[in-house]
Amino acid sequence: MNILLNGESQQVPDNITAAQLVENLGLAGKRLAMEINQEIVPRSTFEECVINPDDHVEIVHAIGGG
Amino acid sequence: MTAMTHDSGNDALIIAGKSYRSRLLVGTGKYKDMEETRLATEASGAQIVTVAIRRSNIGQNPNEPNLLEVIPPDKYTILPNTAGCYTVDDAVRTCRLARELLDGHKLVKLEVLGDEKTLFPDITATLQAAEKLVTDGFDVMVYTSDDPIIAKRLEDIGCVAVMPLAAPIGSGLGIQNKYNLLEIIEQAQVPILVDAGVGTASDAAVAMEMGCDGVLMNTAIAGAKQPVLMASAMKKAIEAGREAFLAGRIPKKRYASASSPIEGTFF
Repeated sequence: MNILLNGESQQVPDNITAAQLVENLGLAGKRLAMEINQEIVPRSTFEECVINPDDHVEIVHAIGGG
Repeated sequence: MTAMTHDSGNDALIIAGKSYRSRLLVGTGKYKDMEETRLATEASGAQIVTVAIRRSNIGQNPNEPNLLEVIPPDKYTILPNTAGCYTVDDAVRTCRLARELLDGHKLVKLEVLGDEKTLFPDITATLQAAEKLVTDGFDVMVYTSDDPIIAKRLEDIGCVAVMPLAAPIGSGLGIQNKYNLLEIIEQAQVPILVDAGVGTASDAAVAMEMGCDGVLMNTAIAGAKQPVLMASAMKKAIEAGREAFLAGRIPKKRYASASSPIEGTFF
């Protein structure tokens, strides 16, 4: 299926969970936050959170800023 | 000496109930690399450090160093900002992501910008965003203009600190409107911090001598030829300015007054 990941179209397996997506991206264990369709997905729910086709997924982290 | 040590020893900056020794808050943008960020932040003595929230790089170098490994949240109070937000919704959304990122951390720096050229705050949007965030349980430190009426409104909304600009972000122009800033300081019941516009150490000292509770800066340090040295200079300027404020300066006079006694002269 297709999702919009950080603004870019991306193919991912059907019924992928947030945890699997993070794992596949090589970001497992990193300090990050996720929202799907502008709703926060708490890290504690990554395992059970199933991503749907065409979901807008944002994965963010902290960078330098003032 | 005892009195001085006693006074400065008890002189903590309190924000949202937490006590800080350092009155210098620093940003982490514009450094050449993570090592320079780490060294300058350490040299500044800052305890509150701002960060921005941005998209993670997907598929590009997942092993690049993470800022929060260099500026660890167990050592520093991380102050996520809403830099780059031009709408209420973007600012609120950014704060919610930051709270999740930092395990429920409530302290945020709100800025809602109005214009790319000046980076002046959009005041009406800032007021709305502040209301939403305070209602949502955030401790809001808010970047604003040097307008005393707006500063008071932001305090009334429940912001934990109000942070008027000294001059446009990154401009290095120093304090442009001392009288407005003084008015803001004198009426405030929450900490007032100058945020943005400081160029060099004397600018920071002037802000503190006027009675500001602290100064937040980024470009003045990161953009200096030697950022780590400038961070050290800023630390001293903030401390010197604070002590001068507490000490109480002499009044300005138009004419001289001799420092040495007239009595006992033999000529």
